[in-house]
Amino acid sequence: MTANANPATAPLIELSHVSKWFGNFQALKDVSLNVQTGERIVICGPSGSGKSTLIRCINRLEEHQAGTIRVNGVELTHNLKRIDEVRRDVGMVFQQFNLFPHLTVLENCTLAPIWVRKMPKAAAEKAAMEYLDRVHIADQAKKYPGQLSGGQQQRAAIARSLCMTPKIMLFDEPTSALDPEMIAEVLEVMVDLAEGGMTMICVTHEMAFARKVADCIIFMADGEIVERAPPSAFFENPREERTKKFLSQILEH
Amino acid sequence: MARAPTASAKPPRGAGPVAWMRDNLFSSPFNTALTLAALGLLWITVPPFINWTFINAVWSGETRDVCMGPETGACWAYIAARLDQIIYGFYDTAERWRADAVFIIGAIGIFWLATPGLWAKRAIGAFMLIAYPVISYVLLSGGMFGLDVVPSAKWGGLLLTLIVAVTGIVASLPLGILLALGRRSKLPVVRILCIGFIEFVRGVPLITILFMASNLLPLFLPEGLVFDKLLRALVAVALFSAAYMAEVVRGGLQAVPQGQYEAAASLGLGYWRMMGLIILPQALKTVMPSIVNTFIGLFKDTSLVSIIGFSDLLGIIQKGNADPEWSTPVTATTGYLFAAAIFWAFCFSMSRYSAWLERNVAGGKAGAGKT
Repeated sequence: MTANANPATAPLIELSHVSKWFGNFQALKDVSLNVQTGERIVICGPSGSGKSTLIRCINRLEEHQAGTIRVNGVELTHNLKRIDEVRRDVGMVFQQFNLFPHLTVLENCTLAPIWVRKMPKAAAEKAAMEYLDRVHIADQAKKYPGQLSGGQQQRAAIARSLCMTPKIMLFDEPTSALDPEMIAEVLEVMVDLAEGGMTMICVTHEMAFARKVADCIIFMADGEIVERAPPSAFFENPREERTKKFLSQILEH
Repeated sequence: MARAPTASAKPPRGAGPVAWMRDNLFSSPFNTALTLAALGLLWITVPPFINWTFINAVWSGETRDVCMGPETGACWAYIAARLDQIIYGFYDTAERWRADAVFIIGAIGIFWLATPGLWAKRAIGAFMLIAYPVISYVLLSGGMFGLDVVPSAKWGGLLLTLIVAVTGIVASLPLGILLALGRRSKLPVVRILCIGFIEFVRGVPLITILFMASNLLPLFLPEGLVFDKLLRALVAVALFSAAYMAEVVRGGLQAVPQGQYEAAASLGLGYWRMMGLIILPQALKTVMPSIVNTFIGLFKDTSLVSIIGFSDLLGIIQKGNADPEWSTPVTATTGYLFAAAIFWAFCFSMSRYSAWLERNVAGGKAGAGKT
């Protein structure tokens, strides 16, 4: 932790003038964003707009090339130890679940607490079972991920992240790879989490979810934050032309 | 063999062997011709082989005279007379119990580790990896605890083959894993060193490396720093197979989806835990058949140590073949057949064990999640 961090007022996540290039393509253009503890942010935008890249920069799955990112007062630099420190406090849920196929659901959940947090196995399992119960798949704990449905896998992945008791949860299109009938069960878990006070950043196109839980909706296009607004203003009264076009496209069906 | 497409419906269950043969062996004129040709080939080769190997073979006798008959098949009497040498090489007869002890501890340890469900695997594994080599070395070379010194030049036969093969196998997997990780490392120095090593070793025949280890190395090293010749050969074999193993493991690492790395990283596991707990278990399982393939290749390559003056299983049999005391028209053929049978038994066991392991390792049936 850096000395000048002040947990009372400092934002939990602080992005300032962040830019990122893939080769010659600029994926993020001078993005600044502050997230306070307990805040729930939904990021939407057309594909290729940089929204996934943005949240992947927050736990350094992608490296930003300009600007600064601070998470919980720790600045992300090339210091690997600090990166791991940040990652322990930042949970991430992926579009493709990315459960570990060679481990049971329970082992998926206890692995990091045991090896990173040095929890005793029994305590880690007890905690894991509580989280699995919270996402309604405690009865699947002994199965392997390949034996679960997509919705169950994604809920297991959420439980796996929660087992590290993160301060922030990042969701990278958590329902995009799911069959329609499984989306609801995952969203239900996410709503529950939001109502429990978790700080969340969700990249998603689930606008009903955004309307229900988001404190703030961010619309991105071409690597920039085009508009940010509370849900009511965002949906009823979008200011920017690109936002209006995007909303008309995704709200049509 | 490829079955020609036929229009006939699938026969009902219990159609019997005649129907099975009609479907699988005589389904078309071409398949019928192939079947007959194969049967003909078997008829020409198998009965004479059986005759020579078993029926006309000589099973006992004290001298070469028993195998001198014109119709004599395999001369197993020769193998029986030389069996001790084939197993122990020139290891002093009175000290062979020491080799036996090494064999027995090794066999029990490997059996224990290879059988699923037995307890204390970690302790036994650590014992086999750390204590067993030391115990074996002390037992075999002596010079300590009142054991007479038996120089490694006297070790031979199956004993030597197994020493070289097991050392190579046990050392090459961890070394190969490290080299494979190094080759994919983001650190340029590590990566270049690993690539350089792998490509150099893969570009040179094992024989050359063995020659370098046995003849050239002593020239470079200062007087008094010369290691035992067998040790040098062991190091050479281990490094050689490690380079091949590295490429096999790299193939497995590449087969693990990027999402697995990201999920492990996002939990804050750090590099070594990510590799050890998440990536390598999946990668090694994927390439298990290739790993065993490399082990089998290594096991057979051990016979090359006979070229730098060691009498391994094949080397000792070759020496025996040239022995005038047992010089008969069938001695060499019998010797080589016996060597082939031993090599085959070991390699086939490894192959079967790995196939069995693939089917039964935990999570094997579960398959990977959508990726």
